Amino acid sequence: MRQEETLIEIRGLKYRRGDKVIFDGVDLDIPAGKVTALMGPSGTGKTTLLRLITGQLAPDEGTIRVAGQEVARLDRSELYALRRRMGFLFQNGALLTDFTVFENVAFPLREHTDLPEALIRDIVLMKLQAVGLRGTVDMMPSELSGGMARRVALARAIVMDPEMIFYDEPFVGLDPISMGQIVRLIKQLNETLGLTSIVVSHDVQEISTVADQLYLLSNGKIVGSGAPKALREDNSPWVRQFMQGLADGPVPFHYPAPSLEEAFLDREDKE
Amino acid sequence: MRLVRELRDNSVEFLTSFGSAVIFFLRLLAYTPRALLRPRLVLRQVYVVGAESLVLIMMAGLFVGMVLGLQFYTTMAKFGAEQSLGAVVVLALVRELGPVVTALLFAGRAGTALASEIGLMKATEQLSGMEMMAVDPVRYVIVPRFLGAFIAMPLLTAIFNAIAILGSWWVAVQLMGLDNGQFWSPMPDNVDVFDDVLGGVLKSVFFGAAAGLLAVFEGFRAYPTAEGVSRATTRTVVMTAMAVLVLDYMLTAILI
Repeated sequence: MRQEETLIEIRGLKYRRGDKVIFDGVDLDIPAGKVTALMGPSGTGKTTLLRLITGQLAPDEGTIRVAGQEVARLDRSELYALRRRMGFLFQNGALLTDFTVFENVAFPLREHTDLPEALIRDIVLMKLQAVGLRGTVDMMPSELSGGMARRVALARAIVMDPEMIFYDEPFVGLDPISMGQIVRLIKQLNETLGLTSIVVSHDVQEISTVADQLYLLSNGKIVGSGAPKALREDNSPWVRQFMQGLADGPVPFHYPAPSLEEAFLDREDKE
Repeated sequence: MRLVRELRDNSVEFLTSFGSAVIFFLRLLAYTPRALLRPRLVLRQVYVVGAESLVLIMMAGLFVGMVLGLQFYTTMAKFGAEQSLGAVVVLALVRELGPVVTALLFAGRAGTALASEIGLMKATEQLSGMEMMAVDPVRYVIVPRFLGAFIAMPLLTAIFNAIAILGSWWVAVQLMGLDNGQFWSPMPDNVDVFDDVLGGVLKSVFFGAAAGLLAVFEGFRAYPTAEGVSRATTRTVVMTAMAVLVLDYMLTAILI
């Protein structure tokens, strides 16, 4: 296999929230120009990982390098300069509710550039066209469905022509049609704009159709990685449980709890 | 023992939040010059915050003035001192009631709106969204709102005072039959521009800073849930009311 350029490199990442260990020594590489998926059950810290990569949180130990820069060491203006090269799609879109769709998509352009109004308009309409929502340009975010809001947010995320784009659970709560549209957009944008896409998700089926490479996270560690096809044939019990959606396995059905005897039989002693 | 522990925890918590409010305030001040370079954002907030409270302030001013006219007229008529009514009403309003009542009403109307707006923007990740678009939410959202409240407060106080004076004039002169000249003529001799009027303006400037700061501070540090936002809103009113009354005493003591 050809040696690929690595855009994001994580080494020995440890992160704790209170007493809870979220990441316990994570190493991972995200190649440029590909779609990489970070997968794992709910609560494994996938979104936290995105926040760490984008500098919204700082790791306790280890390094995160994005495009050669160590994120945690950047000062505010350097971090903002780096973020201008990133697009981030929040789970709920995070559109500004006081602005129309047009103003939402135009927002980064107005803040970071001095482009003339006519050019801003052309760019915004082109980006909205790319997500199929040019017709919503004068609507308010509250008038959009969940899937549409996410597509508008996607148009906003790519309006500055970023190098990399992060999707935080892009498929959650969408109907099959909207889901298909988002899947198509992720693939299309990655190819046509030459982006690097990082998708956080637990939808095995959808993600397998777009991702070039998958990382499976569990209990603060990477438990499996590779192309979707290779992972589906992986024999490790954890990967099998996740990829096939089995209710019980290395991830137990029951959340850790006191033993049944303790919970049901010793009640009198406690009171 | 429990009482001691609770007292200790509460005072630690109070000091911590007081400290973070001060740090937050310094941060706002540091951003202010740059925010003033974009006056459109600030002016918009002055408009929003001011227009939101305007009708309430005007109504309240009218009735406060009318009550003052009625109370002072009946009391002062007993001593045959009703010809001083105009001056007394103006002094009470300009020095004390105008700034304080305006600030309290402002906290209930605009302060809560600011806190819940910012809290909801946080809960719906709009502030994180800005961060990710490399736009600092403190600069774009918080500082303009703080400055909006800071600038709107003295203006609202002036409107409150003007309408309240007219309200008391209407009751005293039109209803109770005080002579028009007797109402207005003692004002120039008894109301001092520096001591009385500027003192009142100074109060409203301080109250504007306090009300604006507390509203954006509570909104910005709100826990991003429905309950968190509602708590922040309540705390805004309570804290602003306390701050205004304490500041009022301190400023009065200094100014006198």
